[in-house]
Amino acid sequence: MSQIPLSHILFVSTALFFIGMYGFFTRRNMITMLMSVELILNSVNINFVAFNKYLFPQKMEGLFFTLFIITIAAAEAAVAIAIIINLYRSHRSVDIEDADEMKY
Amino acid sequence: MSASAIFFYIISTFILGMGLLAVTSKKIFRSAIWLLFCLVGIAALFFWMQLEFLAAVQIVVYAGGIVVLIIFSIFLTQRAGTDLPKPRPRRIIFSVLATIFGFGLTYSIVYQHPFVASNNAPLNVTVNQIGTQMLGTGRDGYALPFEVVSMLLLAAMIGCIVIAMKSPVLRQSETEKDIETEKLESNSVTV
Amino acid sequence: MNQFQYIVYIPLLPLLSFLLLGLFGKKLPGRISGFIGTLVLLAVTLLSVCVAYEYFFLDGKQDGVYKLLVPFKFTWLSFSPGLSIDMGITLDGISAMMLVVVSLVSLMVHLFSLDYMKGEPRFSVYYAFLSLFTFSMLGLVVATNIFQIYIFWELVGISSYLLIGFYYEKPSAVAAAKKAFIVTRFADLGFLVGILMLAFYAGSLDFETIMQTLRNGNSPQSLAITSASFLGFSALTWALVLVYAGGGGKSAMFPLHIWLPDAMEGPTPVSALIHAATMVVAGVYLVARLFPIFSFNNAALEVVTFIGTISALLAAIIACTQTDIKRVLAYSTMSQIGYMMLALGVSRYGGEHGLGYTASMFHLFTHAFFKSLLFLCAGAVIHFVHSNEMKDMGRLAKLMPLTHLCFLVACLSIAGVPPFSGFFSKEEILSAAYRHNKLVYGIGVFTAGLTAFYMFRLYFSVFWNKTNKEYHHHAHTGPMMKIALVCLALFSIVSGFVPFSKYISSDGVPFQVEAEWMQSLLPIAVAVLGILAAYILYFKESSRPEIIARNFGAIYRTAYRKFYIDELYLFVTKKIIFNGIGRPAAWIDRNIVDGTMNAIAKLTARLSNLIKGFQSGQLQAYVMYFFAGVAGLTLLIIYLWK
Repeated sequence: MSQIPLSHILFVSTALFFIGMYGFFTRRNMITMLMSVELILNSVNINFVAFNKYLFPQKMEGLFFTLFIITIAAAEAAVAIAIIINLYRSHRSVDIEDADEMKY
Repeated sequence: MSASAIFFYIISTFILGMGLLAVTSKKIFRSAIWLLFCLVGIAALFFWMQLEFLAAVQIVVYAGGIVVLIIFSIFLTQRAGTDLPKPRPRRIIFSVLATIFGFGLTYSIVYQHPFVASNNAPLNVTVNQIGTQMLGTGRDGYALPFEVVSMLLLAAMIGCIVIAMKSPVLRQSETEKDIETEKLESNSVTV
Repeated sequence: MNQFQYIVYIPLLPLLSFLLLGLFGKKLPGRISGFIGTLVLLAVTLLSVCVAYEYFFLDGKQDGVYKLLVPFKFTWLSFSPGLSIDMGITLDGISAMMLVVVSLVSLMVHLFSLDYMKGEPRFSVYYAFLSLFTFSMLGLVVATNIFQIYIFWELVGISSYLLIGFYYEKPSAVAAAKKAFIVTRFADLGFLVGILMLAFYAGSLDFETIMQTLRNGNSPQSLAITSASFLGFSALTWALVLVYAGGGGKSAMFPLHIWLPDAMEGPTPVSALIHAATMVVAGVYLVARLFPIFSFNNAALEVVTFIGTISALLAAIIACTQTDIKRVLAYSTMSQIGYMMLALGVSRYGGEHGLGYTASMFHLFTHAFFKSLLFLCAGAVIHFVHSNEMKDMGRLAKLMPLTHLCFLVACLSIAGVPPFSGFFSKEEILSAAYRHNKLVYGIGVFTAGLTAFYMFRLYFSVFWNKTNKEYHHHAHTGPMMKIALVCLALFSIVSGFVPFSKYISSDGVPFQVEAEWMQSLLPIAVAVLGILAAYILYFKESSRPEIIARNFGAIYRTAYRKFYIDELYLFVTKKIIFNGIGRPAAWIDRNIVDGTMNAIAKLTARLSNLIKGFQSGQLQAYVMYFFAGVAGLTLLIIYLWK
């Protein structure tokens, strides 16, 4: 593990984060947008554990943070799906560009 | 180049590749599967970092829970076979530019920072230790966040049920209530 | 001095009456508001007579001279330690006399209107306006400060506007009210500039101070004002002429007289009060008040004389041709005021040389009575006949005996037949003119003849001659009207015998006027000639007037059309002022001023339309803005945070 400098792992997490961001900007289907959000959350998880492992190997804070993030991500995904289903009922479509009632 | 280093590079390539495929795939179902592979890859990364418990949690919750949920919702909301609509070229260009710019900015900052790796001996994390610390109440104890998160999960559960609910019984009783309140209001007006 | 402090009630009582009647008059039944107004005026008249009695007969004389007293004064607005607007009461010969005149005539008009305006729906409003006018006029005549005169001057103008336009449903009345107000306001522009010039040079707005500094030839202010010159005339001349312009507007002097005939649209008692006896003499009063300074400056006096003479002559000529009874009287008023101005113009300051001043004031005094009597009789006639035109009247002598008698008395008075009052005052004016300027004297005598002619033309046409309509019943002249007419007729007869020069003179020193019987024969003869001419032409129905009119042809037509002065004014205002100044100004306002505002508004609207595109309702757009913001902040903090 010590042969891989920390910055390489951070490269991976950063790249994953921005891939997720690209997906969030580009995708029109709401469920695929949710998938991109999951990618972003995962990149953050990688960050936490990497820092924990490399800089503070005696502690476990990063691990716990990651556990909690996973938990909360699950709850949030569930609520998001519920909202998407509700929107689907009223608009008959899960295209994000059809939900523009907040337009001027 | 030791074996673990090679492993790391393979796993990270896998993660990034799957991620890219997940966000650019034209079919929604395939996108979900690529996401699944990406999450499993991240679990492999955790394994490589010797955090087995975390990897297990990742697989169980993310791959086994969230991706399944996503797939269910895909089935619920549309025909899985059809292609996803392509975004407009302008949007693609802007997003690519934004992504590259963001990545460049962030990584340049990261790269310049001298992270000093600690020389302490790494802790061998066992489930026992995780459990003790998770429910511990002393210093470094995570009992309070644990309880709060459980409350949050309860709230999320109830919230999901309420938001997604469409039961005809509730709807009828709601309309009955509306008629009653209308009658009451009209009575008060005539008096 | 304290004994005269009750003078302050004299203007205040009508003000209270105005407020009371204006606010609560509608709720009072019947003619109670009229009775209240009349009672207040009765009190005011008694107070004025008391003041005059005390001043002239008891306490006014100090060392044999009637001095100018200031029983009451307070500083209202102070611009600088020396310059301030005071409000106060001046008491001297002319202001005491004016108090009596204004309150007496106003009382008679109030009495007359009780019957004349009976049944009028806005009865209390009428009396409220009358009280307002009385207050303004009384305040004007007792002013201590030239600015106070200006304030009350404008108040009088407003009251006149309100009263002329009293029948506001008639467009002609509204137009007449506007014309009066605008013409006098325009004249007041000159008045204001004159005031400012006098105040600037004298360093104060107070009459006493102005007199002291500018009359004395050696004071520094006086030297300053006479040495500064503009276009060849000294600043003093300009100031006095401008002030006189203001006075000329109010007094309907040529060429600012155009409003007076039109002002006859108002109710006849109003014409009697305002446009015969009180407001129109405000200009004369102003010159008299400033007479010590006027007399110091020959050029201004020449202007006064010139304008007065022209007005007298012009008005007399026009009056000979008019057929509306009130318009004849209006032009007659203008002519008589011309006489008063003329008399002031030929006067000098001090003792016997101030004969013109005394004569002018005397004529003001007597004219107030007989002219208001004439108007009120005309009002009674119009009330009976329901028309203003002479052709609808005739043979009224038997049907309206009292009115006929009073009218005759007034006509004899104005024609200058002894022993009626007009003879004495006109005599004094003509003899003052004789001493100074023979040409003016000649014109004055000729105008006196014309006066007699047109007044008796009016008299014969109304009360004798023929009539178009047959009236089988006597006129119902109300009791109040009769009382007013009789009182005024008595005053017209008696006021001539007052030895005016013993009380009012240019410097306060009483002097004796010698009656030169030989000199007064000429005016009497001219007056008798005029009466005879009118008798021949108008006593019986005849075609002689038409023959004469045809022979005079163009001259007659010009005089009938009032010398086309109204048309000239209309031309100037419409073609030059409206087209040359009004239209471009309106164009600028619409296109440039409004255009700028509209352009700014349109620009704002377009910008908002552009910006509102940001709120597209598209979630991903919002996220992109969010990301842009975060990136921007990051850059800011990293690279610019020092």
